[in-house]
Amino acid sequence: MGFFIETVIGGLMSGMLYALVALGFVLIFKASGVFNFAQGAMVLVAALAMARFSEWIPGWLGVDSKLLGNVLAFIVCAVFMWLIAVLIERYALRYLVNQEGTTLLMATIGISYFLDGIGQTLFGSSVYSIDVGMPKDPAFLFDSVFEGGVLVSLEDLTAAAVAAVLVAVLAFFFQYTSVGRALRAVADDHQAAQSIGIPLNRIWVVVWTVAGLVALVAGIVWGSKYGVQFTLSTAALRALPVVILGGLTSVPGAIIGGLIIGVGEKLSEVYLGPYVGGGIEIWFAYVLALVFLLFRPQGLFGEKIIDRV
Amino acid sequence: MYYRENGQFKSSYRADQQVFPIRQDRAFILGLVAVAVFVVPFAASNYFLQAILIPFLILSLAAIGLNILVGYCGQISIGSGAFMAVGAYAAWNFGARIPEMPLLFQILLGGVFATLVGVAFGIPSLRIRGLYLAVTTLAAQFFVDWAFLRIPYFTNYSSSGNVSVPPLEFFGMPVQTPAQRYVFVLGFVVVFAMLAKNLVRGAIGRQWMAIRDMDVAAAVIGIRPVYAKLTAFAVSSFIIGVAGALWAYIHLGSWEPLAFDLNRSLQLLFIVIIGGLGSIVGSFFGAAFMVLLPVLLTNIPHMLGLSLAVDTASHIEHMVFGALIVFFLIVEPHGLARLWSIGKEKMRIWPFPH
Repeated sequence: MGFFIETVIGGLMSGMLYALVALGFVLIFKASGVFNFAQGAMVLVAALAMARFSEWIPGWLGVDSKLLGNVLAFIVCAVFMWLIAVLIERYALRYLVNQEGTTLLMATIGISYFLDGIGQTLFGSSVYSIDVGMPKDPAFLFDSVFEGGVLVSLEDLTAAAVAAVLVAVLAFFFQYTSVGRALRAVADDHQAAQSIGIPLNRIWVVVWTVAGLVALVAGIVWGSKYGVQFTLSTAALRALPVVILGGLTSVPGAIIGGLIIGVGEKLSEVYLGPYVGGGIEIWFAYVLALVFLLFRPQGLFGEKIIDRV
Repeated sequence: MYYRENGQFKSSYRADQQVFPIRQDRAFILGLVAVAVFVVPFAASNYFLQAILIPFLILSLAAIGLNILVGYCGQISIGSGAFMAVGAYAAWNFGARIPEMPLLFQILLGGVFATLVGVAFGIPSLRIRGLYLAVTTLAAQFFVDWAFLRIPYFTNYSSSGNVSVPPLEFFGMPVQTPAQRYVFVLGFVVVFAMLAKNLVRGAIGRQWMAIRDMDVAAAVIGIRPVYAKLTAFAVSSFIIGVAGALWAYIHLGSWEPLAFDLNRSLQLLFIVIIGGLGSIVGSFFGAAFMVLLPVLLTNIPHMLGLSLAVDTASHIEHMVFGALIVFFLIVEPHGLARLWSIGKEKMRIWPFPH
């Protein structure tokens, strides 16, 4: 029983990471109708930037405190992600307005290649670590409930808390700020939003920046857990089935889809894996999403925007 | 001045509906094939054949296959690497288990198995399309990668997981030296390119294009979407499977599943976009571009006397490809094939444009 719960909790934690990446997808899709294949690359670039800047900045400025160094690095990275958002909007998206969804998808595949390349050219391509001082010690919970308790890493708990805070902040941003309201208007109807004077281009920059910041947080959490390296970009692709499962247009869907996929992956790996040779984590999420698509194409919480064939 | 159709009168439907209605085009293509068959194998160096021409031809073939699906039928696929892998491993399994089977049948059977898998993963396209379909083809990619890595039956229980082909021969003729391999591949490419060209000109090709342009309207005028889509998946995966078998047999010789991973799928998609969606000749342009650009990128800094680390070069390659994709989608969504046809139009009126 303890082992089962541990597996589930482990799944929930990795699901949290998927959910963080998936959040970026959903934000961009909602606001601009772009299915952003590059979200994984953005996570990679953000994580690389954070790893390297937190290493360089204390040296440049002579800052001793680790906390201050990390905060400064975070700010620099946030500016960096904003810069990327501006460049993407200025040089790619602006010319592709009103193109078909698949054209935009292919453009983001191109952007993803570009980001992979430039990130590793600028920041190097070895394995780096991010140390933002997340607690590493394991803890035992439910000692009293059953024997041995449940082993939980505090790092995972912190990550979950970070994700929860992020979602709360995003919800606040969308509901109660004027920019958030403009974003929702654009998501609802591009033309109507434009006709009441909401500048689409600026909104897209904002959305890509927000998605970049979400990627940054995801990258930091992921990077401090597993280290920063190139495979991060592919691992983040596993957030694609998450958004399919949760629905392309739903923020809660991204979170819940992420958790379902995380738990499903871990459980299937532990209980089914031994029978088929292991490693089924690689495709489990995709096949789950594929089966799901056949029966409920709009996902768990998505709007029915998909047109049936 | 020399490239124009003046004076070439067609007196029958047959003559009017040829693949290349203009005499100069026919002469050019025939000349090109003749040079490729009779001159290149003797004139080209082994490096040129092995590192440039053979990959170029096989990638063109795979791109033709993908172009049928993406360019003609409008069904986006990010899983073509998986179908290549199925073709390669199926062909290899037939070769390893039935050693007396001729090479040609091994490769074609590889294509047949790729067709089966392709149709199986094409079934979701009957209910969903566009972005959602992209994700299901991605499912095919990851599932197939895993299957060939983890299920030992497919690699005939080889301990290291990678497999290699025995010496090849084609009905008694050896396929060993680079020149022989090149001619072998060239034969496949010419046959399949003609086949594909004729398919897309015919009834079935028009059905695919109708589905691509607007599937509801196509259904209204009596085109069965199920049939059109599944045939597109079948034909496309067959060609991609054959290309995969050739890639494994002729180009690689020994390989592991990594040779057909997601990057291969994206590479094929890039070839199709850069070459031109919905164009057979574009597939060749795109493949040439894809094969030549890395060669240029590694050689140019060399010539300028700069030394570039290998990994930096590959990152720059990534950047250039990514930027080019976006550039092409913005500036010329129809790719290099469109530039080619613009060039031909210009040639027709040159040098007296009025």
